[in-house]
Amino acid sequence: MDLFNFKKPEHFFVTGEPMIYMADVLIVLTMLGIVFVLTYYKKWRWLWDEWLTTVDHKKIGIMYLISAVLMLFRGGVDAVLMRTQLALPNLKFLNAQHYNEIFTTHGTIMIIFMAMPFIFGLMNIAVPLQIGARDVAFPALNALSFWLFAAGALLFNISFVIGGSPDAGWTSYTPLAGNELDPGPGENYYLLGLQISGIGTLMSGINFLVTILKMRAPGMKLMKMPMFTWSTLITSIIIIFAFPVLTVALALLTMDRLFGAHFFTIAGDGMPMLWANLFWIWGHPEVYIVILPAFGIFSEVISTFARKRLFGYSAMVYSMVAISALSFVVWVHHFFTMGSGPWINSLFSITTMLISIPTGVKIFNWLFTLYKGRIRFTTPMLWTLAFIPTFLVGGITGVMLASAPADYQYHNSYFLISHFHYTLIGGTVFACFAGLIYWWPKMFGFKLNERLGKWSFWIFIIGFNLCFIPMYLIGLKGMPRRIYTYPAGLGWGTWNMIETIGAYLMGIGFAIFVYCIIYSIRHGERDTTGDPWDGRTLEWSTSSPAPEYNFARIPQVNEIDAFWYRKRNKAMKVEESKPLKPIHMPNKTGLPVILSIFMFIAGFGFVFEWHLIGIIGLLGVLGCLAWRSLHEDKGFYIPVDIIQQTEAKWKKVSARGKSITS
Amino acid sequence: MANPSQVDTSKPLEYQSEDGKLKILGIWAFLGAEIVLFATLFATYLSLHGQTAGGPTSQDLFEVKEFMIETILLLTSSFTCGLAVMEMRKGSKKGYLCWMLVTLLLGLGFLVMEINEFATYVSEGAGLSRSAFLSAFFALVGTHGAHVTLGIGWVLLVLYQVYKQGFTPVTARKAFITGLYWHFLDVVWIFIFTAVYLLGMVS
Amino acid sequence: MARGHLKKVLSLVGLIFLLAGCSQVKTGVLNPQGPVAQKQYDLIIWSVALMSIIFVAVVGIFVFVLVKYRERPDNLDYEPPEQEGSRWLEIIWTVIPVIIVIALAIPTTKTTFELERSPSPEQKPMKIEVTSVDWKWIFRYPEQGIETVNYIKIPANVPIDFELNAVGAMNSFWVPELGGQEYTMPGMTMHLWLEADKPGTYLGRSSNFSGKGFTHMTFRVISQEKEDFNKWISHVKKTAPEQTESDYLKLMKPGNVPEMTYSSYPAVFIKEYEKQQGGEKHHHHH
Repeated sequence: MDLFNFKKPEHFFVTGEPMIYMADVLIVLTMLGIVFVLTYYKKWRWLWDEWLTTVDHKKIGIMYLISAVLMLFRGGVDAVLMRTQLALPNLKFLNAQHYNEIFTTHGTIMIIFMAMPFIFGLMNIAVPLQIGARDVAFPALNALSFWLFAAGALLFNISFVIGGSPDAGWTSYTPLAGNELDPGPGENYYLLGLQISGIGTLMSGINFLVTILKMRAPGMKLMKMPMFTWSTLITSIIIIFAFPVLTVALALLTMDRLFGAHFFTIAGDGMPMLWANLFWIWGHPEVYIVILPAFGIFSEVISTFARKRLFGYSAMVYSMVAISALSFVVWVHHFFTMGSGPWINSLFSITTMLISIPTGVKIFNWLFTLYKGRIRFTTPMLWTLAFIPTFLVGGITGVMLASAPADYQYHNSYFLISHFHYTLIGGTVFACFAGLIYWWPKMFGFKLNERLGKWSFWIFIIGFNLCFIPMYLIGLKGMPRRIYTYPAGLGWGTWNMIETIGAYLMGIGFAIFVYCIIYSIRHGERDTTGDPWDGRTLEWSTSSPAPEYNFARIPQVNEIDAFWYRKRNKAMKVEESKPLKPIHMPNKTGLPVILSIFMFIAGFGFVFEWHLIGIIGLLGVLGCLAWRSLHEDKGFYIPVDIIQQTEAKWKKVSARGKSITS
Repeated sequence: MANPSQVDTSKPLEYQSEDGKLKILGIWAFLGAEIVLFATLFATYLSLHGQTAGGPTSQDLFEVKEFMIETILLLTSSFTCGLAVMEMRKGSKKGYLCWMLVTLLLGLGFLVMEINEFATYVSEGAGLSRSAFLSAFFALVGTHGAHVTLGIGWVLLVLYQVYKQGFTPVTARKAFITGLYWHFLDVVWIFIFTAVYLLGMVS
Repeated sequence: MARGHLKKVLSLVGLIFLLAGCSQVKTGVLNPQGPVAQKQYDLIIWSVALMSIIFVAVVGIFVFVLVKYRERPDNLDYEPPEQEGSRWLEIIWTVIPVIIVIALAIPTTKTTFELERSPSPEQKPMKIEVTSVDWKWIFRYPEQGIETVNYIKIPANVPIDFELNAVGAMNSFWVPELGGQEYTMPGMTMHLWLEADKPGTYLGRSSNFSGKGFTHMTFRVISQEKEDFNKWISHVKKTAPEQTESDYLKLMKPGNVPEMTYSSYPAVFIKEYEKQQGGEKHHHHH
């Protein structure tokens, strides 16, 4: 290790690819555009005060969601490029190296930088409001979580223009991902980008755990919490137990690559298989980190639009607990074919199949929530209903994959690819759309256009099935994942073409969704009541968007679906007669952004093995932490008259809104 | 964030404010994550223990005297740290500061010995890149050492604040949390002592 | 309106399944050509059957409730009852999946153990040493002393004991028509039993991503009657070149190569190559 190494890698800027040049130009133009707009409209101060330094969970949630949608776009472009290359046999649209980089970034971005922030965004928006809290337990830490995620995501994303993208798959299996077979900055980007955002994720897990355990409104016992809050609580626990494993795995591979250690190398007696184990000990719980909150969102949406309380509430909770426990004891099913022996394979086959039982319980409970309901087919509900058959297909193929001897035939084939896209798109992505549209009025004060929303839904759903159903078949026909082209004459061509058409349809569906947002900013139906869907949980009891302090008076909870209960029992009036008190709030702080910039500098330095820069970045991080320790935030009070003004304004608008509709 | 100025004086100082309670629970959750982190490093070490690539084994390297002294230093520091927190409960700022200084000195002594141990191994050609076993050894023991180093810096910051402000719900909470952290590092060391050094001497 | 869309989607899905059912000639996993693939095929079919029960039940209830309980202009004053849950229903939909899981777990475990053994224990097996080297397949016939690259010939109805090794990245040895895959891993020898029922040519390949040349890392498996196979062996012995040390080292370099045949191979074991390489690296570090 040479501290003063500033060797320029062979190719600092990625060259020779017309598409990359186009991306370069686009990136520079976009950045110039943003700088121009901010300067022209004198918005720099606003950006710093209102967004970069905010500790408000609602704003942090919005920033998470913006990043997630951007990353969905990037990951989606990767997907469309891959599908284009595979549309016909022997196409030369992408070469092998480029294709390898694209499927690596597609997978990594979709899981780590799209699904995770999407879920965290929705948690940030909804959980404190659902439990009647004024913020999360540690607001500044919450901001730090976001900015660390942003730093990690930025670091990972610049790889394709500076230094080259990682190309060993999102699973980054050793020895392929080791220095011998894959030198250069690409894999370092993967390791450090994930490491930095992973630290943020761990802190979010701790934050939401404490928030939910300690900050619920009076009367809200654990078994009276909304289901999305329950799913967040369980997810937080999984994060706390799973993410440190990723931290260690990434750190060890980084040591292999940067400092000549031998954890996963053949040389020096290392064990390549150790990586697969560590990766999936984190990786399988990770799947449930993104799927359990999705279950929570679906529960909220189904209950709201069926106008019924959730069927089998306690079974829903226990099944999530069971799933989270099982998620830690199934990891070997990702490599049945690595010779663990018949005993281990049988054991892990059975634990994997067991997951289907609590999951099945949940599916039936959702169905029976719908039973005898009055079902409104709003856009969030359509995404949720589409989830049931889609996830069912993903789930039953999952059970098929769990059978080890059969898995010897499915493993690494498109059958597997289709299975996990049915669960991750049908579960997580559908939930992200459902949740985003459902809570959109709470964030911005207006609804998204339903007609455009439905168009985007149907096109996406049709595209999705066209894209992924044929993959089960060509998987069984022997097409493996991650090949960049295939010869004609194997009977794969037609199906691949259909898949590509499906992928394009999904892209169109996404584009319509984006258009729907832009259209609705001007024309969307304004939500003056705070309760646009006739909701059941506490987030709908305050104005849309919610005021900085969320609730003027902390609500008293008596029942599951507290707000629904209150609306039925006219308890609203009683609460409003309670006197207002000044509200204590945390101060905003620039520290999370600054610390994350140092972290980014450290990561960038280590990516190129410029250790001095790396160490300077880390010292900056330590400096920020020390500064924080010496500057305790005492917070500030919102005086009663300000609260009264804010509340009166909402009441006025709300009353006018009611008189217009009636 | 909970209001740090609302206090309930029937509880120990560090638990009096709602904010203090939240942060202490937060640190417990963090220590839970730390346990998983070290458990992973232990699992890695135990899987790679025999993978010496013809290089030195644990029996060749470890010196009983050295690691026994390290252990005694750290165990004693945990004890004095406990005494310091008891002094804090009694409201004795001076007692707390004194015992914490002793704790830090013991921690520093441990660290010096550990760095010396590492330097000796490296000079004998048994560095990080010699074999998988040594990579895992340095990762596990080194991560603990890095925690002790950060812990010393952290405690120093807290000592400074206690020295300046005396015990308030805020400084008492900080003192309590750093105490927890220090005990945690001690517990981890007991596992390192057993799984790395003692087992390393016999097998 | 939503109902109309739903019907359209469902009929589309049905159409795709139908197309799939009568599509071209069967290939791959659904076309088992040996006892190992057959066992796995049977297990797959059994699991599909079991899963169909769940699929039909869930989709049935799903469509029923959506149609029956959708909001219509005439039921806007209907206020749904608040149901807490139902113990009996919960028990039913826990117990039935448990039974289904048991029904799948038993043959799974049985087959898992069976696949560890020779598919035809009464037959004398033949051994082939397989090594994946970035990005090619090297096959050694220790009993016959010959070596082939990127293709193998095997006698039909003889169980083949594949001994799997790797130099460089991990790959996965997969011949879908003959049976499921197993990884080739550096520094760890693995075993896979396969057997072909009759003469034929099957496509094999690496299914585990291993870098740039991975896509083209395919091989042919040619199954022949025993006499033909023996003839081929003696033909190779007579006509194919011997593999020299330098041929061998050339093969160890990353890259795709065409099919090759050698009448002999150098005494050095490929497994040893990896160790030597490791040793060199060590040297390099000090």
